[in-house]
Amino acid sequence: MIRAIDSGLKKAALEVQEYVFLTAAAFRGVFTRPIYSHDIVEQFDLIGVGSLTVVLMTGLFTGMALASQSGLTLDQFGARPVVGRLVSASMIKELGPVLAGLMLVGRVGSGIAAELGSMVVTDQINALRALGTDPVRKLVVPRVLAGFFMAPVLTIISDFVGIFGGWVVSRFQLEVASGLYWSSVTKSLYMQDVWMGLIKPFVLGFIIVTIACHVGLRTSGGTQGVGKATTLAVVAGSVAVIAADFFVTQILIFTIYPR
Amino acid sequence: MKATANGLTAKQVLAEVGAPVVVFDRVQLAFDDKVVLRDLSFTLIKGHTKIILGASGSGKSTALKIIVGLLKADAGVVWVNGQRVDQLSEHELMAVRTDLGMIFQEGALFDSLTVRENVGYKLYEETDMPLEEVDRRVEEVLGFIGLAEHIDKMPSELSGGQRRRVAIARAMAFKPSVLLYDEATTGLDPITATTVDDEMIKLRDLENVSSIIVTHQLRDAFYVATHMATRDRDGTVHVVPATPQKERQAEFIMLRDGLIIFEGDADAFRNSKDEYIQEFLA
Ligand SMILES: Nc1ncnc2c1ncn2[C@@H]1O[C@H](COP(=O)(O)OP(=O)(O)OP(=O)(O)O)[C@@H](O)[C@H]1O
Ligand SMILES: [Mg+2]
Repeated sequence: MIRAIDSGLKKAALEVQEYVFLTAAAFRGVFTRPIYSHDIVEQFDLIGVGSLTVVLMTGLFTGMALASQSGLTLDQFGARPVVGRLVSASMIKELGPVLAGLMLVGRVGSGIAAELGSMVVTDQINALRALGTDPVRKLVVPRVLAGFFMAPVLTIISDFVGIFGGWVVSRFQLEVASGLYWSSVTKSLYMQDVWMGLIKPFVLGFIIVTIACHVGLRTSGGTQGVGKATTLAVVAGSVAVIAADFFVTQILIFTIYPR
Repeated sequence: MKATANGLTAKQVLAEVGAPVVVFDRVQLAFDDKVVLRDLSFTLIKGHTKIILGASGSGKSTALKIIVGLLKADAGVVWVNGQRVDQLSEHELMAVRTDLGMIFQEGALFDSLTVRENVGYKLYEETDMPLEEVDRRVEEVLGFIGLAEHIDKMPSELSGGQRRRVAIARAMAFKPSVLLYDEATTGLDPITATTVDDEMIKLRDLENVSSIIVTHQLRDAFYVATHMATRDRDGTVHVVPATPQKERQAEFIMLRDGLIIFEGDADAFRNSKDEYIQEFLA
């Protein structure tokens, strides 16, 4: 029993170590040559543009549901006109980053793990190395860069669409005047909230992609292993997104908010 | 570079006729508790051929991966072109690999790239060669191997045998001086297999490429061992039966349980009294 726990702990420690090594290697790869710029452009397109639809859809529906729900709650206090404030704060600080993050895990994290995993089991990673290419520079760096920079862009889009969705519901279902909604959206927004909403997706995008790359590159056990790696990338990625969101929130609350 | 006892640098030694290109000295490797290579020692001489035979799972592909530095041996010394690949870092290995071409058992083509991009991968991505020149080289190599019309297809649109030939073309394209063939002719029809064999023979005899051939196809193994390529005065190339002297430059190695149970030329292999080998030949 103790031995099982011991070996389990060792395995986990090894896994973390490998993850840190990969992240460090990716970091080095960003700042030193060779750089595979063609692959970087391709990944920005695949990860950024490719994820636009899902992010738009989730953003829109989340904003609409949020307005609807907030309307119900606010009515208890006769505070329906401030619905815009609730929608914008929730979207920008919390739901935008987290939901865009989760969507990226599902769409991008799983794809990366499956692609890299199948490259491992078919010896394509070995072939790259044999041909003189460092797989981290060729495959991991472009994906990490794309995840890091596109997650905030997608999150901002999702925030806007969500707030727009909130307006639709506020205007036509809650019958709050448009001017009132928009002024409460902007008036209540603190600069700190915007920072929080901007910093989070950088962190989340980075975490999602590095976890997926790590899991993909450690695939073993043939096609079945690829399936397992994909599932693991999604599960570990989702948990990591939500956990990282909590910790980043804590850190920011203690650093950038006035007390 | 360190000078050897007789005052030659490693580079000069390697330039000589009969220089050792790949040396395995008491190499051992185990995956967890499964011992794959128990004690493997052999030397590949420049321009010569090693043919590695052995049952499925006897560690042939593993041995090739050790040469390229894709796997690290647990013990023993591995020299490739004068470098201790067992001690080099991944970064230092890149220099050794510029002179090594490997054909992977399952082809290992990049399935997101076209045939052209696969074959020219190294030249496009890792060298400064001008694009038109790379294009020309890619077309030339695909022409050799009879796949010129498939140049713009994706690997998934090719048959198994075609994919294998693309893999061969990819390893040949950057003109390495050592080629490692892992089952390069398996799954090919006899005529295409002979084309591939002829190509291996020509590279060896006309370009002085050293080769290690892993195969289950005894027919191809004997064909490569017992033929040689010559160039006429007018430049035409012929593949003809090898002279006895040339024949001795191709050596068979038989692996079993992580050990070499036979090492010798085609004749000796054919006439071996070993029961296991007799069974293998039957
Ligand atoms: N990554 C790995 N992890 C664990 N075991 C491995 C790994 N790669 C190979 N092996 C084991 O090592 C042994 C030798 O494998 P190898 O691929 O070298 O055999 P082979 O001689 O090339 O066989 P074949 O003729 O079927 O290609 C096999 O028993 C295999 O199960
Ligand atoms: Mg094999």
